[in-house]
Amino acid sequence: MEALIHIDKLNLYYGAFHALKNVTLTIPEKAITAFIGPSGCGKSTLLRTLNRMNDMIPGTRIEGGISIGGTEIYSNEVDVETLRKKVGMVFQQPNPFPKSIYDNVAYGPRLHGTTNKKELDEIVETSLKSAVLWEEVKDHLKRSAFGLSGGQQQRLCIARALAVNPNILLMDEATSALDPISTLKIEELAQELKDKYTIVMVTHNMHQAARVSNQTVFFLNGEVIEYSDTEKLFSNPTDQRTEDYISGRFG
Amino acid sequence: MPKQGALTARQAQTASKELYNFKNKRVSIMNKLMPVLLFLCASVSILTTLGIVITLISETFQFFQKIPILDFLFGTKWSPLIPPKSFGVLPLLSGTLMITFIACLVAIPIGLASAIYLSEYAPKQVRKVIKPILEVLAGVPTIVYGYFALSLITPLIQKMFDSAGIFNALSAGIVVGIMIIPMVCSLSEDAMSAVPRSLRDGAYALGATRFEVALKIVVPAAFSGIVASAVLAFSRAIGETMIVTVAAGSTPNMTFNPLESIQTMTAYIVQVSLGDTPHGTVEYGSIFAVGMTLFVITFLLNILAQYIARKFREEY
Repeated sequence: MEALIHIDKLNLYYGAFHALKNVTLTIPEKAITAFIGPSGCGKSTLLRTLNRMNDMIPGTRIEGGISIGGTEIYSNEVDVETLRKKVGMVFQQPNPFPKSIYDNVAYGPRLHGTTNKKELDEIVETSLKSAVLWEEVKDHLKRSAFGLSGGQQQRLCIARALAVNPNILLMDEATSALDPISTLKIEELAQELKDKYTIVMVTHNMHQAARVSNQTVFFLNGEVIEYSDTEKLFSNPTDQRTEDYISGRFG
Repeated sequence: MPKQGALTARQAQTASKELYNFKNKRVSIMNKLMPVLLFLCASVSILTTLGIVITLISETFQFFQKIPILDFLFGTKWSPLIPPKSFGVLPLLSGTLMITFIACLVAIPIGLASAIYLSEYAPKQVRKVIKPILEVLAGVPTIVYGYFALSLITPLIQKMFDSAGIFNALSAGIVVGIMIIPMVCSLSEDAMSAVPRSLRDGAYALGATRFEVALKIVVPAAFSGIVASAVLAFSRAIGETMIVTVAAGSTPNMTFNPLESIQTMTAYIVQVSLGDTPHGTVEYGSIFAVGMTLFVITFLLNILAQYIARKFREEY
């Protein structure tokens, strides 16, 4: 597995709060990397630096570097919108737009200039198929996205993210609001998607990380304590704190 | 011993009776009285509205027994005080609509743009300063706006257009528009701020710019609130009295040239109520007919607004 994302001595501050401390990490291409750790450990914050969603929060300050495929994403020449197009994101709560299923998926392509109806139809179909939602919704694409169940809505959000043709997919606790069956579906979906996309997921659920991911990163208080192959991290952690966490002694 | 046992049992019974006495006469009367009292307060406004409508209808009815309703609705000459008398409402209607139209042309784009700025772009500190200022602007008495129109805007217009009179519809319309900007802005901003953060995040994550998020996510999601604010602004402009009385003149004038002096329906009502028109005459009745026309227009507008708001509502 070749490393796609290099994070180098990254420090992030929210005002006076030091949220990420000297994080150095590589994330492999076309694999699933899971961020685990207790609440407030900085795992979501790090995820949101990868598509620069933290820019939106006033008072955020960043030191150090992140490069994706060799490009320094915090350099002045980077166009944030193009970056976000290439680094898609799925959120904790399914957040479909108050539009039809079709318009939700077509939203991104339209935003970036695709107007041809046939082209859009095709993008919508392939994206929904990739998100394993097509069979369930193909007969009522014009219906409101709010009529879908929570799990379907989350898969719709994944389809929406895939529709702009990203390379990387960030999943910010994407299953924590879902029931176990929907969660399983999303996990299976992630497994399928990793052949084509680099996936980084934040999860509260250690078992999910163990089930799904290839590499796992353990965070504590804004620091990366340990990262390695998922199997190794869970069977043979090198740091005592990692062992305490994965064996349920805290967190 | 058994006797004593029975006594303590009875004692215990009385004690528990007191402990579990839930009756409280005072509270129960208050609880019954309060809703009645509150209902009376609520009915004050309903009764007032009802009284106004009844007066309007009965006086208008009497007026239409003297002047044929078709002459009133489709007549193009309004000359109620100077013979030959004529009661065609169209000149007043055109004057009113022209003012309203100009006002909305000013207020809706500016109000909406400032709302977008406040809700999507402005840092917290800026919003903290601007919002109270807007609310102060909404509290300025309209007579002040009237003189603002007459002494500042009109000379400017006259400099630009030679044909403009001292009293003209353009000046009054612009200032009515300025007056209702805070309302459009404040109500639209409320609607936009209510759009959940997660929808914005969803669009940002797809690579939308701030402006695209504002225009394609926030505005559509807040559309029903924005329409409501626009219609409210329209009703406010149509009913505005002081500014037009001061700055637009009192010449019932069937024209679409905003540089001419006109008269609005409200300004006409002021003119007649201030004069010495005797009670019961046709002229006196005419202000009710005009008032009724205004009432019907705003009433229909409100229904239209509710329809539009429902039709375009995006649930989130």
